[in-house]
Amino acid sequence: MNKAADLAEEMGDDGTVIRLSGNLAIACLHDLPARLDGYQDAVRAIDLSQVDHIDTIGAWTVHRTAARLGADIVGANEDARRLIEAVGQLDEPVTIRPDHAPPWKRVVGQIGEAVTNAGSTLFGLLGFFGASLVTTWALIRHPSRFRVNAVVQRFEVVGVSALGIIGLMSFLIGIVIAQQGSVQLRQFGMEMLTINLVGRLTFRELGVLMTAIMVAGRSGSAFAAQLGTMKLTEEIDAMRTIGVSPMEALVLPRTLAVVVMMPLLGFYSSIVAIIGGGFLCAVSLDIPPITFVQRLREVVPITDLWVGLIKAPVFGVIIALAGCYQGMQVKANAEEVGLRTTAAVVQAIFLVIVIDAFFAVFFTWVGWN
Amino acid sequence: MSEVDAQQAEENRIDEAVERSDIAIEVRGLRNSFGDQVVHENLDLDVRKGEILGVVGGSGTGKSVLMRAIIGLQNPDAGDICVFGKSMIGELNDDEALAIRKRWGVLFQGGALFSTLTVAENVEVPIREYYPNIGPALRDEIAAYKIRMTGLPAEAGPKYPAELSGGMRKRAGLARALALDPDLLFLDEPTAGLDPIGAAAFDDQTRRLQQTLGLTVFLITHDLDTLYSICDRVAVLADKRVIAVGTIAELLATDHPWIQEYFNGPRGRAATAAVEREKNKAASTPPDGRR
Repeated sequence: MNKAADLAEEMGDDGTVIRLSGNLAIACLHDLPARLDGYQDAVRAIDLSQVDHIDTIGAWTVHRTAARLGADIVGANEDARRLIEAVGQLDEPVTIRPDHAPPWKRVVGQIGEAVTNAGSTLFGLLGFFGASLVTTWALIRHPSRFRVNAVVQRFEVVGVSALGIIGLMSFLIGIVIAQQGSVQLRQFGMEMLTINLVGRLTFRELGVLMTAIMVAGRSGSAFAAQLGTMKLTEEIDAMRTIGVSPMEALVLPRTLAVVVMMPLLGFYSSIVAIIGGGFLCAVSLDIPPITFVQRLREVVPITDLWVGLIKAPVFGVIIALAGCYQGMQVKANAEEVGLRTTAAVVQAIFLVIVIDAFFAVFFTWVGWN
Repeated sequence: MSEVDAQQAEENRIDEAVERSDIAIEVRGLRNSFGDQVVHENLDLDVRKGEILGVVGGSGTGKSVLMRAIIGLQNPDAGDICVFGKSMIGELNDDEALAIRKRWGVLFQGGALFSTLTVAENVEVPIREYYPNIGPALRDEIAAYKIRMTGLPAEAGPKYPAELSGGMRKRAGLARALALDPDLLFLDEPTAGLDPIGAAAFDDQTRRLQQTLGLTVFLITHDLDTLYSICDRVAVLADKRVIAVGTIAELLATDHPWIQEYFNGPRGRAATAAVEREKNKAASTPPDGRR
């Protein structure tokens, strides 16, 4: 049954006869197709009388060779005849691969596509932001439609579950800033300024920024994947037909949860980072914690806290909307969910940093520095 | 035990083995459960070589679970499953498992096409995986005739699954299932979600492929028309086991309430009537005049 396919040739007066033998099934073909391709002309017939078993792939191999060389097929048994006839009927041009444009055309095309994509994403996000505002307004006018449970549930996922990782990360960041800062400041003999560095930097920038990055990675991506999957399984369409607005039921609770959680997490992150900084100061700079706290109260103005707390909800809106927007854009397949999730995180972090730069300019302008 | 008895027993065993050699799948004493919920209990089933066996049963009776158990996607709690005389439970090594796996093709309910590959690439996956010796040109040609064989249009090759209609996706899945010329074909509700014309065409295609390629088909279906038009035998799943196997006429002769309700319900009667009409039409047409 598993005898390998083989061929022998026999010279006749009016051309060669190829005699195939063995098992012409896909498992036993081995290099037979390649050897058959080696024949060019003057093959009169292909003899199948010594073939034990044949499948459609064997039949196709025989058919294509016979068709190419103009040879007759002889000695085929009932099975072989049936299969060769069957595949022969299917021998017509079939498109297998998509057409490929020349490389320069593709490159130009890809650049154009990237530009239009970037533009449409920006407009799309703006539009999505607008739609969420409209929905918010509708909810303010009909507060009974507000889904308290959905929001509270998100509080836990977005906020409480993130406490551990954000705390650990902030603590380490605090240590790193204090350590790196003290090395530089020591050159001027001003190690005490490490406290200024840690206190002001974490409250103004790092606490909120690192939190935003972590929340984008944890929750923004989750939003995109959740909504994307719901889109694929037509759950969102089902919602719409029932009359539930996905904006109201899915997007707003998530956005609200992130907006409420971001300042809290940002504040928490700043405090933990300062504890980290204080820890390093105590251990390696010999600044006792009590001095650290006193000095902190002197050098960090309350406006630094406000700077962080004002930025946090704005970052929250960006993260939640980027996640939800990308999730809602999923159309085709599971792979797109992955791509959209990546895009959600990348866009959220990018936009957060852009807006952060604007905030820096703005707060300097209003004199909070 | 005396020697004569032993010899007799041995002969019986051989006889049985010879008799069984026309059995493609043999399931004995199968038990499947998910947690506390027992899906199958002591389930026996034979699938003969070269037949189309329809498997029917109410929702949740474990038709798909049975298929998944046979193809090794679900580990049963107990029982034995033999495919082509090889037990699939337990000590099968990787090579043997691979050898069996190459001999069957599976069409999952949604087609289960790889969504990042085109139709042609989907069909080529098993060939590429198992037979790298087949060159790219021949592989493309094989994919081409498989695509045509399952009734897909010639321009379907470069399309992605998301661009196909449900019926075309099923056909593409069938083309992939047939890529290696399997002896055994598993179809999980192939006509579900197709329009009647598409479903009838799919049935017709299945029958024709089965005859041309000499396939054994394990067909899970809810479609009474499919049962009547192409199945050689039908197995009925109920009460956690196969309660009856046979031709539809034989099944109708049993008095199990579910079977009676299934085949004699309004839809069952309609399908029977349709088959009767076909028969009468065939009888009234002269033998050489093809319809």
